[in-house]
This record gives sequence, structure tokens and C-alpha cells, in this order.
Amino acid sequence: MFDLLGTTLPSRLLLGTAQYPSPAILADAVKASGTSVVTVSLRREMAGGRAGEQFWSLIRSLGVRILPNTAGCHSVREAVTTANMAREVFGTNWIKLEVIGNHDTLQPDVFGLVEAARILCEDGFAVFPYTTDDLVVAERLLGAGCKVLMPWCAPIGSALGPVNIMALRSMRGHFPDVPLIVDAGLGRPSHAATVMELGFNAVLLNTAVARAADPVGMARAFGKAVEAGREAFSSGMLEPRDVAVPSTPTIGRAVFS
Amino acid sequence: MKLMVNGEAHEVAATTLAELLAALDYEGDWLATAVNSDLVHKASRAEFRLSDGDRIEILSPMQGG
Repeated sequence: MFDLLGTTLPSRLLLGTAQYPSPAILADAVKASGTSVVTVSLRREMAGGRAGEQFWSLIRSLGVRILPNTAGCHSVREAVTTANMAREVFGTNWIKLEVIGNHDTLQPDVFGLVEAARILCEDGFAVFPYTTDDLVVAERLLGAGCKVLMPWCAPIGSALGPVNIMALRSMRGHFPDVPLIVDAGLGRPSHAATVMELGFNAVLLNTAVARAADPVGMARAFGKAVEAGREAFSSGMLEPRDVAVPSTPTIGRAVFS
Repeated sequence: MKLMVNGEAHEVAATTLAELLAALDYEGDWLATAVNSDLVHKASRAEFRLSDGDRIEILSPMQGG
């Protein structure tokens, strides 16, 4: 169990809903992962269209909590308006705040992010900011009212896994009491296990599952990896050593010469 | 009146946001609307009067990461 902003969640895996081969596979992947939070977005609806209705109906049938995002927003104004529209449609004050600053890397515009976070926090939103691993930005986001941080570990959709372990470890150390969710860049279950072993509270991923050859199997694998990583962190891992230490007792061994 | 709806130009007789949605066959409580980049709540659409040149966004739930 995992307490996130006063809500008890059974899983530490948050899953995106984009890029699956079909709605049925999306639904099966959500169930297989064990997740209890999925991310969704808002996009233009065609006149007379029902695409939004069908998708929304599917998501509601899964019985999971919704974390709407502001994906694709490049300005504070866009992000704030999108967040307000999402609150009305989805009926939640949770918002995954994205203010994108670079088209190639999709890295956050951290200046706009802090500004948008302040506006939304003052307006009663629970802001989940998609940010970098920069400690100063993290401080500013907390100062703006954020109660949770979501640093990337690599660019969105890159599947590179944690490219700067030291920065992630430093972030965990600096903010021991802040829920930290690694968002973006995870490619393999072992990546998820690695960041969970560092003490991150949860992970959010999408592409690694949705674009796998078997998304349902991969969703299950990520679910297990997240659980394993967390249990390892909680159980106290052995620190690496430079010398060999026999695991079999040496006392009482037979002497044959 | 000339309006931009989801990035496309429309010439409409509707005078309120609710009338515009009906005229363009938008229906459903899963829709969110904004006029000139500001949210217009569902409950306000019937009274919200449109002006020539307004930019309207009509959004609905979609897959996201």
C-alpha cells in the first residue's frame, strides 16, 4: 500500500494510456500491471465525434484513479487552461503538469513549470509536476505549493532508463519526506526496479509498456519489478565491497592434507 | 458571425456557446470548452455570448502518458 496525498493506493506503478495497439489491450495491460492510477489527456473532439466518449467510458470501466495531464502544452497559459478544463471533465483536482520547453528532448520548461504550478496550487489543484532532476527547481516547485515531484530519468519515450543515478540519489536524499515519482524515460522493468531501490516512491511510465511486443506481459513485468524494487529498498540492501567475502562458513570445514 | 472552432473557420448563426455546440452537433458531458484560451464551465455555456472572431476549443478525453 502506498499513501499518495492522502489517498491509499495498492500499487506504486502509474501507467499511461497512450500508444496501445487497441483499447482492449490497454484495458488488459492496466489490469495486468496492478496499477490504480492512469494518466489521460484532453484533445480536440471532431464535430459530432464520439472518440472521447468511447475512451472515457473504457477508462471509467477500469475502476482506477485518473491523473489528467497537460501534455503538449508549451506555455503557462496553455497549461493552466488545460488543467482547468481537465478538472471539469475528469472531476479531480489532480493534474500532471507538463510545460514543455524543447521540441527535441521534450524537456520541461522549468521556469514556466514553476509559474504554472504556483497558479494551479493556489487554485486548489494537487500538482504533479513533470520536472528534471535539478534540486533548485525542485525547491522552487515545493515553494510553489507542490506536495509531490515527478523527475524524469531520461527523455520521454527514450527507454534509456536512469541516465544520472547520482542526481536521482541526491534528489532522494535532499527531499526525504516528499513523494518522488520517476516519470519518463524508463525502458525496462530493471530500470523501474533500479529507481525503486534508490527509494523513489513510485514510477510513471507509458511507452515501455504500450510499445512492447506484448504490452500485457510487459505491464505485468513492470508491476513485479516495481514491487521488487520497493521491497528491496525497504529491506536494507548490502553495500558493495571491493573484496570477496565467503558466503559459506569457513569454520568446521574438513582438512584433507 | 465568424468563429474559429478547434482551429477551423466557421460561419454560424449561434449567439451563445451552447447554441454553437448544438449547431455543430457536439453533445456530451465529457466535453470541455474554452473561449479565447479561458475555460467556460458547462453551466455557463447557455449564457456565454460569443463575439465575432472568438477562438473556441472543444476538447474531450483522450489517451495520454
